[in-house]
Amino acid sequence: MRKFIFSTIGSVGYIIKYGCVAHCTFEYVGDFVMCSGPSMEPTIYSDDILLTEHISALTQRISRGDIIIAKCPTNPKQQICKRVVGLPGDKIRVGFADSRIVPVGHVWLQGDNTNNSTDSRSYGPVPQGLIRSRALCRVWPLKNASLLTN
Amino acid sequence: MQPALNPDKDQADYVFLNRWAIKSNEIRRGDIISLISPKDPGQKIIKRVVGVEGDLVATLGYRKEIIRVPEGHCWIEGDHTGHSMDSNNFGPVSIGLITAKASCIVWPPSRWQLIHSFLPDSRVPLNLVSKSIIGIVQF
Repeated sequence: MRKFIFSTIGSVGYIIKYGCVAHCTFEYVGDFVMCSGPSMEPTIYSDDILLTEHISALTQRISRGDIIIAKCPTNPKQQICKRVVGLPGDKIRVGFADSRIVPVGHVWLQGDNTNNSTDSRSYGPVPQGLIRSRALCRVWPLKNASLLTN
Repeated sequence: MQPALNPDKDQADYVFLNRWAIKSNEIRRGDIISLISPKDPGQKIIKRVVGVEGDLVATLGYRKEIIRVPEGHCWIEGDHTGHSMDSNNFGPVSIGLITAKASCIVWPPSRWQLIHSFLPDSRVPLNLVSKSIIGIVQF
């Protein structure tokens, strides 16, 4: 009976330990994200699974052209997957003649599918603090597995 | 955030930041919250929530005098009006930037207390003010 109790405590300890390791990895190093929606076609299709890394978001090393996962500025429960088009100080053309300058601490996000994407053109520049991670490669479907960085 | 926090200039208050309180993204007016600065992602700031989405806020020195807080955003202000880098400077902030709610002051021991939700009457959003006036008339 005593032996049984000790072994239970031991295995609970293992579960907690590996749970903590997994949590830290997914929170600070990298994780897998499933994308849905048409906004990043033809680069990413609906239901593709991406491997993302959090290190460049935490150290604020995001560059132009990166595909990033961010919290949606208008709905904190939703995440968005877009391409960084402009960094602070960049001049972005909006529409025909209008142009906007990306303010300090923000980025300009756009989907690759320009005609079917809700992005910075509708909600404006996005604060860098909302960026969660940067997409590295597509891992699913296997036949389309490819790097997304260039 | 004087005088709610750091009432003494030379003594810093330490607060307990509760991350679970904002897990559901339910932000209430009067709460003190910490968030990532929209101007500098490396900086964290601590402010009071004045308006939540849909509220009409009378601003203090923003480019519009009255603003409706957009969807998914809130209006935050420091208590030390005029000496605070807040929504009056950078506009409404996205709820996603909020990291935690300050729930109590833990240090120094002489200031041990829970932080209660509080909003000065002068800063209550206009949509609530008009409602309370109607309430008084009916009363």
